[in-house]
Order: sequence, then structure tokens, then C-alpha cells
Amino acid sequence: MEQLRLVIAENSALTPWVYRLVLEGERKETLRPGQFVELALPGRFLRRPISLCDWDANHLTLIYKVVGQGTDQLSRMRPGHSLDVLAGLGNGYDTACTGAHPLLVGGGVGIPPLYGLCKQLISENKEVTVILGFNTKDEIFYVNEFEALGARLRLTTADGSAGQKGFVTDALAGIEASHLCACGPMPMLRALNRATDLPGQFSLEERMGCGFGACMGCSIPTREGQKRVCKDGPVFRREVLLWEN
Amino acid sequence: MGKLSVNLCGIELDNPIIPASGVFGYGREFAALYDLDILGSFSFKGTTLHPREGNPTPRIAECPAGMLNAVGLQNPGVAAVIARELPEIAKIFHKPVMANVSGFSLEEYAETCAALDAQDQVGWLEVNISCPNVHQGGMSFGTEPESAAAVVKAVKAVAKKPVLVKLTPNVTDIAAVAKAAEDAGADGLSLINTVLAMRIDPRTRRPVLANGTGGLSGPAVLPIAVRMVYQVYEAVSIPIVGMGGVSCARDVIELMLAGATAVEVGAANLTDPFVCPKIIKELPKIMEEYRIESLAEIIGGAH
Repeated sequence: MEQLRLVIAENSALTPWVYRLVLEGERKETLRPGQFVELALPGRFLRRPISLCDWDANHLTLIYKVVGQGTDQLSRMRPGHSLDVLAGLGNGYDTACTGAHPLLVGGGVGIPPLYGLCKQLISENKEVTVILGFNTKDEIFYVNEFEALGARLRLTTADGSAGQKGFVTDALAGIEASHLCACGPMPMLRALNRATDLPGQFSLEERMGCGFGACMGCSIPTREGQKRVCKDGPVFRREVLLWEN
Repeated sequence: MGKLSVNLCGIELDNPIIPASGVFGYGREFAALYDLDILGSFSFKGTTLHPREGNPTPRIAECPAGMLNAVGLQNPGVAAVIARELPEIAKIFHKPVMANVSGFSLEEYAETCAALDAQDQVGWLEVNISCPNVHQGGMSFGTEPESAAAVVKAVKAVAKKPVLVKLTPNVTDIAAVAKAAEDAGADGLSLINTVLAMRIDPRTRRPVLANGTGGLSGPAVLPIAVRMVYQVYEAVSIPIVGMGGVSCARDVIELMLAGATAVEVGAANLTDPFVCPKIIKELPKIMEEYRIESLAEIIGGAH
């Protein structure tokens, strides 16, 4: 973890509610796909945890959805403003155990961390299949970006307005994969757990206090006892999670 | 004796800054960021006799100038704290540490305190009779002078180390509870714990926290803490550890003028993990600004 002062280089709408935020500035520590950052916003007491989508030597790309007052405030901040950022939070996905044919499944605003993951897996010469699920075509983002990375892509919308009609689980048929990496709303993760036997890693979301493991604000029960989503996660191996909850 | 040093129940602190229990875990996360030995001390995560998983999530909510938590005393139990956590603390912190203890009966308080009291690295027992986030025990001991006194007597009967009693602000007359604790033998008091609070999500029409209520902390509660430390200072003669919404050196001065001998820093650690080193660095400058020669001399200076 490191505390950074980064400047907004871009903050643009990808859909009416989803924004891409590009932050610019120096940092020291290496980052892993599936990690997140915490942004301090003027006048808001708690930081906002946002998953890391992409990065290079001096940029971080975050994609976030406007869900409340804090993210609404963030969406109105213009390039040139600087933000206090805690970066390098959470464990991230383990790419060493994915095998040669990883399957990535993302729903809605759970999709962004899978982009950085996809990029890394492809750089490791793995054949990546991606299923992206949205509610409707107006909410679609980053489909072209995943294709540009060289991933095999399946798209679903709940209302059938684009891609295959249905949920991400309806697009699993015929995919031969060695491993599953998923991120999305809990009902989607549960449905995936029921629909496939693949070994996998699931990224969870929880309301957080600190974001770096100190306050136990985001602890959840698991098969290995209480785990902090912010520090022990947000990515958990499938067999660690208590799916009946 | 340095100009930042204070004496808390016979133990000299290099400075009055103590991260509060519940925001600092066992220090590991912060030791990765800075040298913990710059602190006066720290109060580790509240310990109970038996392991506790705590409350379901969401445990955290936000409000203007603060936050609510309902963690519910998640901890591995005193045996695991002594076997696993204290040896780890010994590697990263080389001063007396404060052991925060909660219980659900007088016997539990006494047993947990006796076990921690026997550990060399423990300097003080901070007996929490004020947790608002558990459904039995916890705060109920701290809301009546008689039950507060009963806990203090049970703990004092087994403890050799100084016993600080952590008080709840969720009472009509905090001075009465403070006095009862002093009369029962408490060596010091720490206040305030969090203020009982609630937020409701208009979308779901239900409380945000799974526990319903939670404890409010952060800058929003600083004036309540200042008022209560001031009132308690008038009522007792034992030292007070002040806390509640402290986020800068100026807040430390304010609580010490109200009557605090040392100051715990809570929620601010969660939003700025470097807040304690910043405060310790700021203190000499603020002292110069207000012409304070040594911190020890301003304790209770507002009276």
C-alpha cells in the first residue's frame, strides 16, 4: 500500500452512470489485477474503494458507477484536480493457478478489474475467454477493449437488447476452461457457483471502513474463519467461501 | 522528561498519542507504514474471553464528518491473543501496550483481565464497559454507576497493572459513572466510546447497518468528547485518557485542556493511516503557537 497524490487526466462517461477515471502521477509499488484503490473526496469522511481496471508506469485507470453522493461528486470532478489515493490495496487475482484456458466472467460494474486481469493473462500467453453481462445495451462498456486485447468474448444482456439474451450463466455452454475468475454482484457469483464446477477465484464487494485491514469493518464468515474483504480479499478462492449464505 | 511526555498511571509516555482500540488491529497494518515506537502507546483490538465473529455486514456507514461502525467486538479470544498476537506485537512495538478488554459478565471481565495482566508487555488494562454494538453486556455495564463499579471491583481484585475504565457517552450523567468507577478503585478513565447512532437507506427503507444501530465516531463527536472530559475532570481526581473525533494536534491540545492526560486517536486512522505520526510531528509547532512549554502542564488547563 502507498499513499499517492494523483492528478485527474480523464474523467469521462462511458454510459449514463459509468465513468472512466484516469489518474496520473508517480508511484513506487507494483500493482496486481484485482486490487483496488481508495480515493479521498473533499468533504467525505470515508474513502471510496474502487477497483483497478488498468495501469501503466504513471497512470491508473479506474471505472466506477455513480451509486451515491460520493461517486456522484467524483463524477463531477474535472481533469487537473488532484486526489489523495491509497493504492495497492487487497490481494488481487492469482494468475499462477489459472491454467492455459482461463474463463473470466464479469457483471456490470464488476467488469473493470477483469480487464487488467485479462491483459495480464494474455501477456502470459494464455487463451482467455470472457463473458460480460449487462442489463441492457445502453449499459454496455469495454466490450471493444476486451476484444482488442485478444480475448474470446461472449456478451449477454438480461433483456436481449445486445448479445445473447439472459444472464452470464446462460453463456457458459460449450466453453472448455481450466479456471474461472469472476467479479460482479453476489447473485451473479452465486449463480456461477451453481452453474459450473470449475476451480475459481471470486472477487467480493463490501462496505469498508479503512480498506487496509485495520478496522474489521468488512469481515465476512468463510470456511477458514472471519476474513477481511479488504485485506484477505477482495479475491477469494471458491472453496473458501460459504455459498449457502 | 521531554516536552511532549506525560505520565499515565505511573508509566511515562514519550507523547500522549495512543491509537484507539478497534481502529488499529494489533498494529501490523500500520507497522508496514511507519515505526510504531514513535507512538505513546497503542490500544489493541478489544479482547473477550471467548472468540467472537462479530456482527454481519454491512458494519460500516458514513455521515457528515464521521462514520458509524457495528463491528461487534470481533476478536479471536484472549487465549489466542496471548498466544499469537502479543508475540507479534512484541516484534513491532517496544513499549508498554494497552490491553482493551470487554466482557459479558463480571467473571468474564475478571478472567480476561487476569490473563492479560500477567503479560509483561501490557502496561494498562483498558476495561471497556461501553461497547454499543453487542446485545448483552458491553454498554449495559457502563450506563449505571452501580454496574460500572461492580466491573471495576471484579477487575481490580485480579489486576496488578493500572486499570483504565472506558466510559460510554450514551448516559445522562457521565460524571456519576466516572465517580462510581473511581470510588470502586479505577486507576484512570478513558472516554468517550462511540455515540449510539443509526442511518437509514431511503432505497431499501431499512437501516444501513445489519446491526441496525452503530457507534458514531469521527470529527462529529469531538465537541461531545471535550464536554464530557471537562465534566469528568471536575468530578474525579484520577487521570483521564480523552478521545473522540481527534484528527489533528489542535484537537489533542483541546482535549488536554479539558482534562485529558493522554489522547487516543480513533476513526482518523482509518481515513489517513499516517494521522498519528502527523499529529506527533505537528505537536511541537502547535505548542509553540500557543506558548506551551510542556504538554503535561496544560492538563485540565481550561478549568
